[in-house]
Amino acid sequence: MLKLDGVSKVYRVGAFGGRALTAVSGVGFEVGEGEVVSLIGESGSGKSTIGRMVLRLTQVSGGTITLDGRDISSIRDRKEYYRQVQGVFQDPFSCFNPIFRADRVFALIKEQYFPGVGAREWRGRVEDALESVRLDPGNVLGKYPHQLSGGQLQRMLIARAVLLDIRLLVADEIISMLDASTRIDVLNLLADLRARGLGILFVTHDLSLGNYVSDRTVVLRDGRIAEMGPTPLVFGDPRHPYTRSLLAAVPRLHTKWTDAPVDGTADGTAEERAEDLPCAYHEAAQGSRTRPGLAEVADGHFVACSGCAGAAPEEKKMKERA
Amino acid sequence: MALSVTDLRVYYQTLRGEVKALDGVTFSVADGEIMGLAGESGSGKSTLAKSLIRLDGRMRHAGGTVELDGRTLPIADDRAMDEFRFREVSLIPQYSMSALNPTRKIGKMVGELLAARGVPGGTAELERRLELVGLSKDVLGRYPIELSGGMKQRVVMVVSTLLNPSLLIADEVTSALDVSSQKAVATTLLGFRDHGLVTSMMVVTHDISLVYQIADTILVMYAGRLAEKAPAEVLVTAPRHPYTRQLVSALPEVGVRYEDRRLAGIPGNPPSLLNPPGGCRFRDRCPVAFEQCAEQPPFAEVAPGHLVACWKAE
Ligand SMILES: Nc1ncnc2c1ncn2[C@@H]1O[C@H](COP(=O)(O)OP(=O)(O)OP(=O)(O)O)[C@@H](O)[C@H]1O
Ligand SMILES: Nc1ncnc2c1ncn2[C@@H]1O[C@H](COP(=O)(O)OP(=O)(O)OP(=O)(O)O)[C@@H](O)[C@H]1O
Ligand code: SF4
Ligand SMILES: [Mg+2]
Ligand SMILES: [Mg+2]
Repeated sequence: MLKLDGVSKVYRVGAFGGRALTAVSGVGFEVGEGEVVSLIGESGSGKSTIGRMVLRLTQVSGGTITLDGRDISSIRDRKEYYRQVQGVFQDPFSCFNPIFRADRVFALIKEQYFPGVGAREWRGRVEDALESVRLDPGNVLGKYPHQLSGGQLQRMLIARAVLLDIRLLVADEIISMLDASTRIDVLNLLADLRARGLGILFVTHDLSLGNYVSDRTVVLRDGRIAEMGPTPLVFGDPRHPYTRSLLAAVPRLHTKWTDAPVDGTADGTAEERAEDLPCAYHEAAQGSRTRPGLAEVADGHFVACSGCAGAAPEEKKMKERA
Repeated sequence: MALSVTDLRVYYQTLRGEVKALDGVTFSVADGEIMGLAGESGSGKSTLAKSLIRLDGRMRHAGGTVELDGRTLPIADDRAMDEFRFREVSLIPQYSMSALNPTRKIGKMVGELLAARGVPGGTAELERRLELVGLSKDVLGRYPIELSGGMKQRVVMVVSTLLNPSLLIADEVTSALDVSSQKAVATTLLGFRDHGLVTSMMVVTHDISLVYQIADTILVMYAGRLAEKAPAEVLVTAPRHPYTRQLVSALPEVGVRYEDRRLAGIPGNPPSLLNPPGGCRFRDRCPVAFEQCAEQPPFAEVAPGHLVACWKAE
């Protein structure tokens, strides 16, 4: 359904936009119908930028994003696009206008997308959507944004996306402000929506949650894909040292960071460790390098070079050949 | 005792009546203690955090006292609180990172902020503190957008602790960060205490497994009241309040997948805080509720340092 192909994003930064910052570089992956793809990686790795490009909030600098084979930038009618694709973001406060009641977000979509639905039926639909994200309608309807907690606002936005009956949801760090029990409810809701055919691009820093819901995982590092594949493979058999270091940093109940064995998996940068581990990309057969910069180490499981010493001579070889 | 809160009540005034977001909470934080504060979304954690710093126009101090290092905080008197804010008690608010103005350089913003708080000039100490949290002084010349979330969060933390407050309150400072930045930020908090820059800390969070890494104790709130407080280890391994038990068991461990095992949240909703029902506020959702629960259980000590508000917790 959604396909990113060699997508890049360059921002102009600095006082007069004098410097270029490559936030995303050559990223390609797909999100199918009824598929949850989670996007993980550290702060600044380009996750939100990808989400914003998919939502057409910012233009791509290179490559293409297509929906059912159509370049999304060629879809003139934005409303038609947003009827199919919607996003929910990290900071819910910025999505509400403080001078209006928070439930105006529901009234707006009724006006825009469902003008024919009767007031009574609409009210019923809104209440159902709120209940599906564990909000008590009587408790939140009619309130202003500042009268609701961060988690309550966040869930109103999810309810809004649910009401729209869309095909693709971009969920950027939407559960980080929720308590564990509510998180599970929202995740189960996402899983149920997925069963009804919704595709979800799920940006998260919480690896256990990403693991819980997603079919495939894309690990981003400095705007590039470090590793991607079926979630059980990426989490169960991580091949890139960066993925391993992320997994090792996950806080766990019953194990303190300080108790973790000092075997090099929990400490030191990915680069430091890359030197000791064989690089999955360079160990893989030439024929398995089926995507630019990625080797397919198992069915659908791709890994990039770990930044190993093997990269330099190879580049030299390529230059020589050229 | 660094902080001692007694029967604190803070209500929000709305057109439909008062929202009893903080309805009689009593607890204390010892010198050097790092206390995690967890609980359901909307249970009043941020309200408690804000109450110790500044009541906004719609918040009413409906009762109770707050004492810090033996002095009563005049929480209802905005002007009188000036003397304490940032100096004695400092807050890193929820979403403070995204509140940084994107068009101003970090250094400029920090300078204005410190001036507004009447902090004597001089950036030497600021630079020293930045270095302490692993940032170079170059960050002062950059724009917020050029820093990663974890870097911004550490800048905010340095600014909030510059005056060595006795109590630092951090509201969801790690929530939006990736796991490695979370670890760096959490370790930084620990460092503040260990270097004596702050005496005690309240760390508000939804990530119990994260706060467990650094906290000495964890306090759990439910619907405007306290449910349980215990040493961190005890709270995650042997919680006694039915809400805490369900909350802790709702945490997915790495490796669990939806298809294999569907985890369950806690059924039901917390009561409205507009006209909360009497008795235990968890009653409607509690699997072991019985007649006595129609009466409010006291927040009582069941073991040294372990307090629980539940009739069933002996
Ligand atoms: N509008 C912008 N102008 C200039 N640079 C930007 C802009 N938006 C993002 N960036 C930069 O692009 C890079 C990627 O940012 P992005 O927000 O996509 O990261 P992220 O992976 O979502 O991080 P986080 O986990 O902190 O949300 C960062 O270096 C960021 O500073
Ligand atoms: N200005 C206000 N007016 C009325 N009610 C409010 C106001 N601010 C907060 N509330 C209500 O008070 C309760 C407590 O809110 P608070 O922000 O303290 O929750 P929280 O525990 O920090 O939640 P979260 O984990 O989602 O951040 C919520 O039910 C919220 O709707
Ligand atoms: S007091 Fe009663 S209702 Fe409340 S938690 Fe205990 S058993 Fe459950
Ligand atoms: Mg982001
Ligand atoms: Mg809060």
